[in-house]
Amino acid sequence: MIFRKLKRADSAGGIWGPVAVVVAGLVLLVGAPMVTGTFGLLQLTVLAALAIFALAQGFIWGFGGILCFGQSAFLGLGGYAYAVGALNMTDTTGAVALAIIVPMLFAALLGYFMFYGRISDAYIGVITLTVSIILFDLFNSTSGDIYHIGQAPLGGFNGIPSVPPLNIPGNPDAQLDTNGLWYAAMGALILCYILLKWILASRFGRVVVAIRENETRAQLLGYDPRLFKLLTFIIGAGISGLAGCLYTNWGAFISPTVFSLTMSAQVIIYVLVGGLGTLIGPILGAVGIQYLINVAGGQHVIDPNLLLGIVLVAFVLLVPQGVVPVIRAGFRRLIPAKQPSTTLAQPVSQEASR
Amino acid sequence: MDLYGLVGFNILVGIGTIALITVGLGVIYGMMKIINLAHGEFMMLGAYATYVANTHGINIWIAMLIIAPIFVGLVGLVVERCLIRFLYGRMIDTMLATWGLSLGLIGLMTSIFGNDPRGVPTPVGSFSIGHYAASLYGFVIVVVAILALAGFYAMLSLTRYGLIVRATMQNPNMAAALGVAPPTIYMATFALGAALAGLAGGVLAPISGVSPVMGAAFIAKAFITVLGGGAAIVTGTSLASGLFGFIDTFVSFKSTPVIGEVALLLAAVVMIRILPQGITGRFLRRSL
Amino acid sequence: MSVPLLEAENVTMRFGGVAAVQDVNLKLEEVELRCLIGPNGAGKSTFFKILTGQLRPTEGVVRFRGQDITGAHPHVIARLGVGIKTQVPNVFNGLTVREGIGIAAGRKKSLRHARQIVDETMELLQLSPIADRMVGQLAHGQRQWVEIATVLAQEPDLILLDEPAAGMTHEEVLRTAELIREINKKQALVVVEHDMQFIRMIAKTVTVFNRGKILIENQVEAVLADPGVRDVYLGKQAH
Repeated sequence: MIFRKLKRADSAGGIWGPVAVVVAGLVLLVGAPMVTGTFGLLQLTVLAALAIFALAQGFIWGFGGILCFGQSAFLGLGGYAYAVGALNMTDTTGAVALAIIVPMLFAALLGYFMFYGRISDAYIGVITLTVSIILFDLFNSTSGDIYHIGQAPLGGFNGIPSVPPLNIPGNPDAQLDTNGLWYAAMGALILCYILLKWILASRFGRVVVAIRENETRAQLLGYDPRLFKLLTFIIGAGISGLAGCLYTNWGAFISPTVFSLTMSAQVIIYVLVGGLGTLIGPILGAVGIQYLINVAGGQHVIDPNLLLGIVLVAFVLLVPQGVVPVIRAGFRRLIPAKQPSTTLAQPVSQEASR
Repeated sequence: MDLYGLVGFNILVGIGTIALITVGLGVIYGMMKIINLAHGEFMMLGAYATYVANTHGINIWIAMLIIAPIFVGLVGLVVERCLIRFLYGRMIDTMLATWGLSLGLIGLMTSIFGNDPRGVPTPVGSFSIGHYAASLYGFVIVVVAILALAGFYAMLSLTRYGLIVRATMQNPNMAAALGVAPPTIYMATFALGAALAGLAGGVLAPISGVSPVMGAAFIAKAFITVLGGGAAIVTGTSLASGLFGFIDTFVSFKSTPVIGEVALLLAAVVMIRILPQGITGRFLRRSL
Repeated sequence: MSVPLLEAENVTMRFGGVAAVQDVNLKLEEVELRCLIGPNGAGKSTFFKILTGQLRPTEGVVRFRGQDITGAHPHVIARLGVGIKTQVPNVFNGLTVREGIGIAAGRKKSLRHARQIVDETMELLQLSPIADRMVGQLAHGQRQWVEIATVLAQEPDLILLDEPAAGMTHEEVLRTAELIREINKKQALVVVEHDMQFIRMIAKTVTVFNRGKILIENQVEAVLADPGVRDVYLGKQAH
């Protein structure tokens, strides 16, 4: 299984790895508007939104061991919550809050039934996938005047156009331009990364990882795995909702395609390609895969779905641990001095196969 | 009174439809504990097989009842040999790989046939229930669903293959000791499940239309029904189809099909809280 | 009369028509050491799972310091002060020894206090040299001790051990026996075991299971001298 290959991935790196990532992020945050034009900046903005989405999936799957195949449900709910909120309020700050809270509430409800029902990982995958499909159908069926929330028509398959952009909190007239949106998206990505690093270093995060490693043992130590998984799931949903909010802002538009299976598959692929049990992996995975899709889509050489399918199958068969852990392991083989435990590694005991 | 007749008929067809779209998924899950996320795309392939055969002048019944299942069964065979067999015992990886397959098949069929939906003619007309007209084709769906389930049940309980399959499900090593290679059984089972998906796709093609993304319309219901039914394929699929088909059709009749689907999901989510192992995980455990 | 630490009253567990455990009564005082022995299939493992909350008995009540814990969730039982070592080691393979024990020590304690407990526990079990090794890479005996250390770091009042000596070398068994006597100075233990040599090393009071019932409960010498017990272990059925 994939998890057996994680081993050191999440505890490695110490403090300097994350600091380097944050510094690189800040350099990009400040530098990008100086070197690229409006079009490039918009491209980078959507990448940042998708990277946040990938972080959420990477957190709940790679660290929480929760197999959510329908993370797009939360992305979509966040996007719609923002659109509806922004169309009903003059200040969009409240809409941002809605975009985070609505998916969290939905995740709390769904997660309660799943985790307290103690269903297997595979069932969780199937249920979450099903939920995203049904949300897709549900929002698709909302065309017509009777489907509206306050001032916001839901618009069925066509979605909601002309969603008002973010503004400076407390000042509805100060709407963000392309540069402002970039700062917001990239800033949010950096903050989410720091937040998740902090959570993982906290006692809560350590228990979450311990539950992934051995649920029975964690339970015998007095931790309730159901509660920890539920909280992890809710955190992931909130972050996905934020990503959905930024995604909606990027196009000033939201439609049911955010709930689509392709969206859920894409985020799974980001995480799988980048590396389970890392935070930087999903970010890099998102950037790499989106780049591939853009190239393929621009050249019309290969259908994007076909490309995604091939990448997914290839990684499951050939590189199930993802790119970042493979590179890390490579480096460790080159520079062995620091971690005696990995170089003196004895054969891994076969207990896990029981 | 006529209305009750119509609603009753529609509920029957709803149950038959759900049973038909679930049985292929249920066979693979029940016997191999693999959840095939490409199930909807196998159905889609069956629909395209029917469409292509029909446009080449082959009789529609032969196209949907014979060509579609055989073609998709062969595809299943190839998929099992080239992909699934490397992943036995890795349930999650199998799900991811079949998801990749699902995306790949959608992409492939889009590249070949394009996005626009194709039609397959409905081979039978309609009949009247009092003032209401109902499609005779509903009967076809119900009959095919019953035949598929009954045929599978007969095969499990009467044939040598069925005996071996039951033994392999219970204990792979024991079957191997009896001189039967489990890989052969798994291969045949996966092909059979794929063929049943192809059959469902072929039979439903006249109603749903044929397009690369049509699978997504079915899999939500199929997944819910398999989870709800539990490990016993025939009993579980039948009972869960009955329950969910009733809920789906009844709620759809009272509101819209989408709300029917939502009701289905709610019922399933509440059910996994009460019966995490599905209906046959709790009751009728020794059934097939 | 004082409230017993652990008390099982008329506990019965049926699977289908078969009673794996039948009408068992057991009392354990504070800081007592009790061994549960019996041949395979005697019901001692089932009874152990009932005590730990992994199974809910068909009939009967289990109490911890007077509180009903029958069929309670394992994490609830753990929080009351019960530490459990399972038969197949349940450890955190992907964490280091120190991290894993820290998870156990860390619940409801300050970070500094938890660190102190971790260091002391690793010292006691001589795990300090391998503190930063991944648990998944350790040998079987070491993993057993890591699990025992994890249980001890919870600082429970009652420790339940399911076949702690299974798969250990002779020296490891000796050390484990010594360790159990050491633990028993402050904490109560229930040890399920079928290795008679091991029982001889640690036991004071022994409860013998046979066919789901308690055959005899007495001091270790008396039990081992009992002809009925010998018959049970030799495969003859005592009645």
